[in-house]
Formats: sequence, structure tokens, C-alpha cells
Amino acid sequence: MIEGILIGLETAFSIKNLMMVMIGCFAGTIIGMLPGLGPMTAIALMIPITYGFEPSTGLILMAGVYYGAVFGGSTSSILINAPGIPGTVATSFDGYPMAQQGKAGKALAVAAYSSFAGGTIAAIFLLIAAPSLSKVSLAFRSPDYFGLMILGLTAVSAFSAKGHFLKAMMMVVLGLMLASVGQDTLSDIPRFTFQNMNLSDGISFVLVVMATFAMSEALTIIFKANDPTRVAKQISLSQLGSIKLDKEETKKMVATIPRSSVLGFIIGVLPGAGSTIASFLAYGMERNFVNDEEKQKFGKGSVNGLAAPETANNAACSGSFVPLLTLGIPGSGTTAVMLGALLGFGIQPGPRLYQTNPEIFWSVIMSMYIGMVILLILNLPLIPYIARVLATPRTFLIPLILFFSVTGIYLMSFNNFDIYMMIGIAVIATILRLYDFPMPPLILAFVLGGLMEENLRRSLLISDGSWSFLWDRPLTLIIMATIVLIVSWQIYKSFIKKNS
Amino acid sequence: MKISPSKIISLLFFIFSGFYLYTAHQIQVFTFDENAAFNAKTFPIYLGYAGLIFSALYVLLPETRPSNVDLTVLDYKKTIMLVILMILYGLTILRVGYFLSTSIFLVLSYIVLGERKWVWIFILSFPFVAIFMYLLHGLLNIYLRDPFLQYIGIMG
Repeated sequence: MIEGILIGLETAFSIKNLMMVMIGCFAGTIIGMLPGLGPMTAIALMIPITYGFEPSTGLILMAGVYYGAVFGGSTSSILINAPGIPGTVATSFDGYPMAQQGKAGKALAVAAYSSFAGGTIAAIFLLIAAPSLSKVSLAFRSPDYFGLMILGLTAVSAFSAKGHFLKAMMMVVLGLMLASVGQDTLSDIPRFTFQNMNLSDGISFVLVVMATFAMSEALTIIFKANDPTRVAKQISLSQLGSIKLDKEETKKMVATIPRSSVLGFIIGVLPGAGSTIASFLAYGMERNFVNDEEKQKFGKGSVNGLAAPETANNAACSGSFVPLLTLGIPGSGTTAVMLGALLGFGIQPGPRLYQTNPEIFWSVIMSMYIGMVILLILNLPLIPYIARVLATPRTFLIPLILFFSVTGIYLMSFNNFDIYMMIGIAVIATILRLYDFPMPPLILAFVLGGLMEENLRRSLLISDGSWSFLWDRPLTLIIMATIVLIVSWQIYKSFIKKNS
Repeated sequence: MKISPSKIISLLFFIFSGFYLYTAHQIQVFTFDENAAFNAKTFPIYLGYAGLIFSALYVLLPETRPSNVDLTVLDYKKTIMLVILMILYGLTILRVGYFLSTSIFLVLSYIVLGERKWVWIFILSFPFVAIFMYLLHGLLNIYLRDPFLQYIGIMG
């Protein structure tokens, strides 16, 4: 492990990679700060640029963007009560009241220190957990992988769209259907290409991500006639107050951070749960831990109430890398985008990544520490200036997002057909979003589609066409039982509980 | 009887799944593979059935959390205009070249969305695209096809 850490440090500390972490954190902060645009959009916009890079450099850049976007999301939550991402909704419960009391600088400092601490502590957990889990996951076979993928998709559907489980499952199927377009990987037989040469290689992952996130988010803002920057124009973004914390506030944070980090990391590792659930659970847990006097302050500007979700959502980000790096199965939409990018680099994450590409495995983990430090020292003093991004008029913002999206796909294919298909998918995604059909399950399914078919193929061929592989091995049986449990719980919650 | 838009979308997805399933059955597999435990059409067939089941369930079961969308507040005009501009952008990007088509797309999009600060409209179009192109083409060595700039001799 020490050798791996040294390899990781060497790669992560190269001038080029340090630059990439800085650029990633900075760009992620700015994009994540803009309400409506989250880490998935931020990473999606970066993918075309990273294709010329080495895989480790590309992944380091995207990890920086991820952390930066989460941090940026909390800034807009605190300053204008408009969370950039769902994971920072809980941040606004106490962050925004603090800002209204003239303590915006303090609230941003609490968020920055908590994010730093949560991310760093969770990165240590990742350092310990990932190699161990990699070794364990070598025992996984095709039926287990197939089961894990269904578990991931079911869990994401259950958690990402509260009360819309069936809609999420339809999006899963649609994602898998889109992934099935093109030549079959084993037999090279064309499927759903309708004799169109442009479809024979399948639909590009970047195209689907850009269309369903960057482009459709931009179109949704216009379609719903939202102006997310309107509130920002009404407040002073340059006079945010002191960022210094007193002894009492520091003491409160010190108590909150360790427990929220542990909770955030564990939730992050679980498929589908992610930073949103982690931050809400941490907020609820913290409320139970504090004394009655502090409890009264929750929702009115409590330091504990702000530190807990901020710590947990960053810890969950680190935790979400565990299934991606060790099993090759992303547990969230954002890590699904990262998996797609890795596959684009020709790298298959999974238990063997630890052995075959140690520089990627370790440099990503090491770059997380560097990213955290950069976020703290770069963003905190610069926040009053960066916050002005919030006031960027949508009249400029939206065309620029559309331009980056079209450029991204144009650079990859130099093909009109792909641009038209991207516009078509974006329009459909905009309508689907309007009626609460969630997009993260679609992306996760699209990324996992090929792997899922491959593992199902192997499992069915080994078991001679029998579906008994789903319960033959205890591990597969446990996974399948968990899936049944999640689906039953969703049915109970949606229909039976409501009717009773 | 009034049917909700979410149910209409699910019904359309049901029809789409049916078409997908039909097309999946039409996939030509090798003769020796036809009776195999798994061939090129196995997975798509399962997907087709899954799509039919989930969409049918949504259509038939009562909606627990209906999505309320006020259709009167939606900005159809600007959205449709932007989509048309993007299609035109896609149409011209290869023929006219990246620089001109992108700059014109940006200018028109800013105007369509109601921006009238002409100095900023100019700065964030032609010079902005030129700098962006220099970063991609000049510094990162990413190829950008631009017949117009090649014709006037700016790009090699």
C-alpha cells in the first residue's frame, strides 16, 4: 500500500496534474455555484476536453470538478437559498439564515472547513477501504456483478426520485435501450441501427450525458422561465462579512465533523444513496446529538446544522468512489459519468484496476487530498469574487452552455447527425424532466448497459440458459434479496401506505 | 375522463417499448446461435418486456404523486427558437466552419433570450470564440474543422 501511495503522490504531484486539480476545483466551483447546474453537468462539460489527456490526468481533473461543484453548490445555497445540487439543500436550512443575519462570510467559512474536513477524513477511509474491498471483490463472479448492477439501478431509482419509482424504472429501461443500439459486442450483429451507418458504433456516451444534463438543464431553465440569478442581483455579493470563526463556533464544528464524516462515507458507499441522503441524515442526526438550546437554533442559523450536512455531502462524494474503483460499478449518476469517461480512455475500473493501473487508482485518491486543500485555500479568500458568478445573466449563461454542449460533441465526431441526435434527446429529456422523470437512472443504465449484458450473457451460458444463477450462490442470493426488499418497500410506500 | 401528462408519456413509452420489442425480434442472429442460451437479441427482448411492464404499471395504477405543471407559464417561444437555432448551428458548423457558425449562433441566442447589451454580445461571441479556438486548436492541439478560416488563410 505504501508503494501505491508513493506512486499516487508522484503522479498527483506532477505539475500538469496539480494544474488540473486547480483548474478542476475552480471550474467545478463556478459551474456548481450556478443554480440548476450540478456536478454531472460540470463533469459532462469537461469530458470532451479530457479525451486528449492521459487517463489519470483526465480523472484527476474530473474529480476536482466534482468536489468543486459540490462546494460551489453550497455557496449558492448559503448566499441565495438556491442549492446548485440536491446534495446541498440541507446546507441552506441553516446557511441561508446565517447569511440573512449578516454572517454570510462565517457561513461560507463553516461550509468550507466542514467540506474540507469531511472530504479529507472520508478520503482516509477510502484509502483504507478501497484496496481491501478490491481484494474481496476479486471473488465476485458474473452473476454477482449482474445482481450488483441491478441493485445499483434499483437503488438509484428508489432514492433519486422520491415517490416516482416507476418513472425512474422507465428511465432505467430507456437508458438500457439506448445502450443496446449499435453492433453487438460479441457477434458484431447490428441492432436497432435501421441501416444507418451513424448508429453502427452505438450512441456516444458523451452525447447522451450532454443532451440529458447540460443541454436539457439549460433548456429547462428557459422553458420554465426561471431566472436563477435574480436573487443574486438583489444582495451584495462583495460584502459578505468576516470569515473568521470564534472559539465557540470552532468547538461546535469539531464535535460535529467526525460523526458526520463517518455517516457520510457509509451512505456514499451504498449504491444510489449519495450526498443528498447523506446530508439530510447528517442534519437529522446532528439535531438529535446537540443540547436543547442548540436544537432551538436549528433552521435559524445553527453552526452544527450547517457543518453536519456540509461534512456529510463531501464525505459521501469520497465514499461514492469506493464501488466505482473497486467493483467498477458506479453507485450514483455522477460516478456513472466518470465510469463512462474512464471507459472512453480504454480503462475498465474494477478489482483489477488496483493491480493493472495502480497509478490511476492511487493518483485519484491522492488528488482528493490535494483537491480539498486547494478548495480551502483557493476558494475561501476568493469567495466574494467567485460569488459574483451568481449574478451572471441567464441570457449569456444559457447560450454558452448550449455552445459548450454542441462543441463537445462536434469535437468528438465532426458529424451533423450526432448534433441533431443530441438536440432531439435534449428536447425529449426536457419534457421528461418537466414531469419528474429523473435523468440520473437513465445515465447510470446507459453506462452499465454493455457490462450488464456481458455479465448476463456469461451467467446464462454458464448455467446453460437457466436463471438459477440468481440464487445458486449465497452472495448473489443476498444481492437479489436486497433488490426484492427495495422494490417491495417502494411498492408498499407508494401504494399500500397511501391507500391505508 | 382526464388523463395526466405523465400517463400519456408512459403510454407513449409503452408503444415505444412494443416497437422496440418487435424490432428486437427482427434482429438477424447467426443460424448456429439461434437456439443458444444467449444471443444478440436476448437482452433487447428482456428490455422490451421490462419497458412494457413498467409503463403499463404506471398507466394502470393510480398516481401517488402527480406532477403538477402549469402549462401557461412555460416559455414555448424562446425554447422553440433556441432549438431552431441549435439545429441551424448543427447544419452550418461543418459547411461554414466553427468560428463563424458558433459566433453567429451565440449572437442570435443572446438576442433571442432578450439581451440587448451590444458590447457584451460582441465580446462574448466573436472574440470569445476566437480565444476558445486558440485554446483548443493552438494550445491543446485539438483539431477544429473550419473551411472559412482555412480559405482566408488564418488557419492552416
